[in-house]
Amino acid sequence: MIAILYFAWLRERTGLSEEKFPLPPGETTVADLIAILGERYPAAFQNRRSIRCAVNQEFADPGVVLRAGDEVAFFPPVTGG
Amino acid sequence: MARIVVDEADFDVGAEIAVLTAGRTDIGGIGCFIGTVRDTAPGAPEVAALTLEHYPAMTDKALGRIVAEAEQRWPLLGCTVIHRVGRLLPGENIVLVIAASAHRQAALDATAFLIDWLKTKAPFWKREDLASGEHIWVEARDSDDAAAERWERRS
Repeated sequence: MIAILYFAWLRERTGLSEEKFPLPPGETTVADLIAILGERYPAAFQNRRSIRCAVNQEFADPGVVLRAGDEVAFFPPVTGG
Repeated sequence: MARIVVDEADFDVGAEIAVLTAGRTDIGGIGCFIGTVRDTAPGAPEVAALTLEHYPAMTDKALGRIVAEAEQRWPLLGCTVIHRVGRLLPGENIVLVIAASAHRQAALDATAFLIDWLKTKAPFWKREDLASGEHIWVEARDSDDAAAERWERRS
């Protein structure tokens, strides 16, 4: 099981701040997870170039392999300051 | 050493500088950047308020790392980063960066570095609440990426 967090318009378009997600059998990368979530929340994951990911609070590339207990966050490019 | 704060409350720039310099006689220069909410941009609708969202657990790590990087690159004698979250009105403060050093160049460069990296590496998002009642998530700008990029070290 992993925790998935959504921020900004990803939170609005999924309608969720956070959810628990069971990892499928075998190796799952960030890219694999995005593909799965893209089927579930097409409006949120439509424009994948505008989506950033963090795993355990660190920016993560699509190739990062997920492990049970990870905290995975999806959000748009940051705009603070 | 560094003071890092993320809060809904406003900050007092003078008070923050006073805290940073209290009892010190080795500081020779203090750089300071203040970001504020503006209600207009050319060709854009009027903004009634800005709502700042963040990812608390990651914000703490990201700001800590950005400050640590600045402390490694410049001989800083003090550093303060304060970022507000929540709903902010035009004219209100958003962010404060202060960097103190023995000399001005380190203080000024560290200040620019801190705000440039904060804008592209710390997980904050701005939502513009328009006078019309709609809201728009602010999009990241290429110019911000370019500003941050100039501090990347080439090997």
